[in-house]
Amino acid sequence: MLGDVNAQDQEIAIKEIAKKVVLAAHLGEEGHIPSALSILDILYSIYFSNEINLQDRDDFILSKGHASLGYYAVLSAKGVIGTEWEESFGKYESDFGGHPHRLKVPQTLASTGSLGHGLPIGTGIAYAKKILDIEGDTFVLVGDGELNEGTSWESSLFAIHHNLNRLKLIVDLNKSGDRAINLSGMSEKLAGLGWNVFTVDGHDVEQMREVLEDRTSSKPTAIIANTIKGYRIKEMENNPAWHHTKIDALQTKAFLAELS
Amino acid sequence: MRKTFVSVVTETFESSQTPVLLLGDIGVFGFRNLKEKFGSRVINMGILEQSMVGIASGLAIKGFIPTIHTIAPFMVERALEQIKIDFGYQKLAGNFVSVGASFDYAALGCTHHCPADVALISSIPSSQIYLPGSQEEFERQYRENWNNGRLNYFRLSEDTHKFILDNFDSGVTLLKSGTMGTILVAGPLLENVMQAVSNLDISVIYMNEISDRAIKELRKISFNQKIVVVEPYYSGTITNLIIENCSLGPSQIFNLGVPREFLENYGTTAEHLRHIGLDPESLKLRIEKIVND
Repeated sequence: MLGDVNAQDQEIAIKEIAKKVVLAAHLGEEGHIPSALSILDILYSIYFSNEINLQDRDDFILSKGHASLGYYAVLSAKGVIGTEWEESFGKYESDFGGHPHRLKVPQTLASTGSLGHGLPIGTGIAYAKKILDIEGDTFVLVGDGELNEGTSWESSLFAIHHNLNRLKLIVDLNKSGDRAINLSGMSEKLAGLGWNVFTVDGHDVEQMREVLEDRTSSKPTAIIANTIKGYRIKEMENNPAWHHTKIDALQTKAFLAELS
Repeated sequence: MRKTFVSVVTETFESSQTPVLLLGDIGVFGFRNLKEKFGSRVINMGILEQSMVGIASGLAIKGFIPTIHTIAPFMVERALEQIKIDFGYQKLAGNFVSVGASFDYAALGCTHHCPADVALISSIPSSQIYLPGSQEEFERQYRENWNNGRLNYFRLSEDTHKFILDNFDSGVTLLKSGTMGTILVAGPLLENVMQAVSNLDISVIYMNEISDRAIKELRKISFNQKIVVVEPYYSGTITNLIIENCSLGPSQIFNLGVPREFLENYGTTAEHLRHIGLDPESLKLRIEKIVND
């Protein structure tokens, strides 16, 4: 089971997934590569966990839909989708676009893209499960810049008021939003609202799993994952120039080599 | 209509496990008995309209049929993107029930006006719009459509007409036949139009939906004289619908609706209708001028 692999094998597995991100972005001439690389370890922690069951019990929403390259790569590695996305990403008739479509991509609950929609939807799902007395966590992965959206805070108020303790907000804190609004003190902000807050290294799978898999919280959980945008490709790391940039054949070759 | 809203929603709760009601901190007293009986399925969301729509969408994903209720501009204009994406694009079913219409809250001023709602909601593919002119019409429309799998918008209004229209379930019906032209009137303004044309030899077609079935009815209509469209929201909102679906012949369309301007006076709905020429007397003069020119 991939969920049981050791740290070294895990790193190799995640790098293989990262390679798919690079390759698909090159073939599709499209994609937010650094945003996808920012969340790969988070997605891996969830999708390859032995304790999280997204098929029958738990739910996941990628609210920062522009990181879809990472999402498809992990879904494909997990076997939820095939490999067809790699060559078709972003193409006219593809099911796999720059933002995921819930009626085209299996296990996808919400079609996202415009920021600030995932958390309210996930909050509604968590509320529905609570009143139906259905077991299962609802994970919502948002970007830090996305937290500028008022709906993040509106939904937080609702989730806290109704004590949706099976709702797990994951913040991909790669600090790309800081150039607009500095988000330091996020932990205190969320804790002040009533979230049960954990801060983790967003590239440390074991550390993340400890909080992602925990089901004992009596309050909604916010997991602040400190990440590096563009992680594992030095040229892209924390470099805003790469946010939505095409990569040519030479660059692709170099990036794939770096990930090998 | 708000009392009817309480009774017809209660009826759906009594008959099904799927309805949930989300209130934007209005109607809470009216729905107190429903809240007492159905607890967590009746939610006072507070004042967070955008998230109210998103949260409703999450409930819909899990199989509930949400009904979302608040004042028209705060629902339609403030949360339009949420309605478009979280319901329209996701292809989820939900009922959006607004109050206030164009200027029912006239005394409160422009922030509470919403003459753009029908145009905005109709821009969302596959939406169904209901423009009930009376309590009976709303009751029938809600009962028939609350679980039709669509994005439904019900526009409740304080203003109503007094006509009881039996066996009318197509959204469009001919109420009066004449030879000088045709008036196509939507929703509560039927009252003022019927008073205005009582002595005119003119046809009156009443429309209380912008829905698939109403469009089907429109496609059966042939006009060959002047058409006067009287709408209780922004003037010209349904003109394209008529052009695209009706057989027009040599007809010419005239729009009498709410003008595209901020109506910055306060007062009452009746005063606003008079100011913009939609009261019976003004309508009579305007319609006579159109058909006689």
